[in-house]
Amino acid sequence: MRVALFVTCLVDQMWPSVGVSTLEVLRRVGCTVEFDERQTCCGQPAFNTGYSAEARQLAERFIQMCEESEAEAIVSPSGSCTAMVHHYPALFDNAGDAQENHEWRRRARAVAERTFELSSFLVRVLKIDDVGARWPGRVTWHDACHALRDLNVHSEPRRLIGNVREAEFVELDNADSCCGFGGTFSVKYPEISVAILDQKIEAIEKAGVQAVVSGDASCLMQIGGRLSRKGSNVRAMHLAELLASR
Amino acid sequence: MSHLTTETFDSNARAALVDTQLRGALRNATSLFGKRRLAAARGLENWEDLRTQARAIKDDVLLHLDRYLEEFVSNAEQRGAKVHWARDASEANQIVCDLARQQGVRNVVKSKSMVTEEIHLNDALQASGMEVIETDLGEYIIQLAGEAPSHIIVPAIHKTKGQIAELFTAKLGIEPTDDVDKLTSVARNVLRQRFANADLGISGVNFAVAETGTILILENEGNVRLTTSLPKVHIALMGIEKILPRFVDLDVFLKLLPRSGTGQQLTTYQSLITGTKRRPEDEGPEQLHIVLLDNGRSRMLAHPTTRQALACIRCGACLNACPVYQQIGGHAYGSVYPGPIGAVITPQLIGLGKASQLPYASSLCGACREVCPVKIDIPELLLHLRAEITDRKQEQEQAGGRRQEQAGGRRQEQEAGGSFKKRTGERFAFRLFAAVMTRPRTYEFSVKVGRLLQRSIVRRGKIGRVGGMLAQLAPPLGAWTNARDMRPIAESTFREQWRAGLRDDTDPGSDT
Ligand code: SF4
Repeated sequence: MRVALFVTCLVDQMWPSVGVSTLEVLRRVGCTVEFDERQTCCGQPAFNTGYSAEARQLAERFIQMCEESEAEAIVSPSGSCTAMVHHYPALFDNAGDAQENHEWRRRARAVAERTFELSSFLVRVLKIDDVGARWPGRVTWHDACHALRDLNVHSEPRRLIGNVREAEFVELDNADSCCGFGGTFSVKYPEISVAILDQKIEAIEKAGVQAVVSGDASCLMQIGGRLSRKGSNVRAMHLAELLASR
Repeated sequence: MSHLTTETFDSNARAALVDTQLRGALRNATSLFGKRRLAAARGLENWEDLRTQARAIKDDVLLHLDRYLEEFVSNAEQRGAKVHWARDASEANQIVCDLARQQGVRNVVKSKSMVTEEIHLNDALQASGMEVIETDLGEYIIQLAGEAPSHIIVPAIHKTKGQIAELFTAKLGIEPTDDVDKLTSVARNVLRQRFANADLGISGVNFAVAETGTILILENEGNVRLTTSLPKVHIALMGIEKILPRFVDLDVFLKLLPRSGTGQQLTTYQSLITGTKRRPEDEGPEQLHIVLLDNGRSRMLAHPTTRQALACIRCGACLNACPVYQQIGGHAYGSVYPGPIGAVITPQLIGLGKASQLPYASSLCGACREVCPVKIDIPELLLHLRAEITDRKQEQEQAGGRRQEQAGGRRQEQEAGGSFKKRTGERFAFRLFAAVMTRPRTYEFSVKVGRLLQRSIVRRGKIGRVGGMLAQLAPPLGAWTNARDMRPIAESTFREQWRAGLRDDTDPGSDT
């Protein structure tokens, strides 16, 4: 299958190995992967902070770019950026010309329909839950909020991890509770953000794992940043990285 | 900590975070209620259908609220109730105080009611020379402590057992004990005395049925029953959104509300009150007054987005589920309605300008939406409010220049609900962000610049705490790194690696 990779701006700049791993996994399962170098950000930070005009600008740009691609699917190693793309139609609800908005909504829906988060693309679209990965160690999973609640991603990553050879999976007590990141929330209310985060950290430490895995680089920066500050040996790892190991 | 204001949310929250007793109490209670709710919801196979049904009923009510209200009023009055309309808090207080004065009331007993908290009725009654006592145990504790409730169904959720025992010892002069049964019976004795002397009972309303003019009040302690039947006058206050069209609709909501609120299948008592007593041998008060309160509700109704917040049945589930509420509790919000739904309602009560921090006090995790029995999309509402805040702020700043010449600026400010904190820096940042992100070359250039700039602060592959000048220049960097390390910009971005060879490396097995 021909797939367009949307790595997200965060992965591109701060965590390129997640992009590389995603690429590797997609190729391993037989996809032909293209990467449009014009891609930047989906607009989520602006949208979530209340700057809808700026978000719309980036959405229009993203839609146009995707329309030019003939790929059957647009795949991203991020639940929240994928959820943002799925939210695009709502950006064209009020401001501006009604006719134009209607047209944008149609285009936005068409793009959203072929945009997938990595684990759901593998499991739901390709029907693959074993990508031939191997990783010796004990791991746990953190459900990123937007993947879980906006995209209903729950069993997919667990099935994929369950099939990683030599990996032992343990469920966190609070796998589905927020890590406290929340975009600009994490720096607007850093103390609250970290207080929420520490509950997650506590559960991770209790689980006695070598790695905490998730599907969003943003949550992993939050969790990993705290683990690192506390001098913990637990690694914050993206699902793509786990699946790429062998 | 009962007199905190919404405007100081950030410092309120910081203070709450270092209060270990508060956090312990919150952690226990919210997780307990969360677990109970989940178990109760799972116990009903058609939970999801019920939620959908409930929301559909509420949507219908809100769309035809005028008609249903008329129907309710006419049916309630036919059965002997007297209905009063209050546009805002002061009108509602006036109505209640006037009624009480006319009846020569001295002693008021109250059952738990958020709407009376919303209008600060107790203060108004006391100012009119009346004795008011809260008869719900939690509310009684709060009243003794001189605080405000910190949760919409568990008013004293922020207090530990030990704190309550101390309070009782100090205020009621009892022997120190942490035996919950003993404490409860002490409160019971005090309250029983008050019930005997009361000449006015005041309650809230959970649901009001248009078709029959009935009001329904749910509770677990039996105090509502006494409040609404012992004194010769009963005044029930309700927001105009509490209407349900038909009696059978109660079936849906009675399944949802107790389960969502406390995890109970049903509350211990359900008081269904239709009008006054007919014959002398009947139970109940001689007079029933129902006060219908607007207080910003029709404004919410007018807007298709905020309208859905009026579907709220005040179950409190979104508070228990909210990671922010779980950490800081209710008082920090400085509003009678805390937590996720409070962040939506409070701006309607005190103005968006004064409450402009609240919509941002959320990670948008969606846990509130997931538990809400009437499927209110709270994150969407918060995003809507955020967008409104940035828009209004911009308008106000633009109007600021003209204000010198025109006296109209002040009125505009009032309409916007107070003055918005300046956010020029943030707006500039997001304009810049959009400008960079729509130009791939500029984006790449800025990444390179960032890489150069970060050189001095990257140590062993990460950025540790950034303080001093640099934190002042880039506040988000300081805020992030205070307790978390940061990942630096990579030596080589994904697109650089793509160009350097990833693009052509199409052999998936090359690394094995
Ligand atoms: S918003 Fe929903 S969950 Fe929150 S109190 Fe209202 S009904 Fe309950």
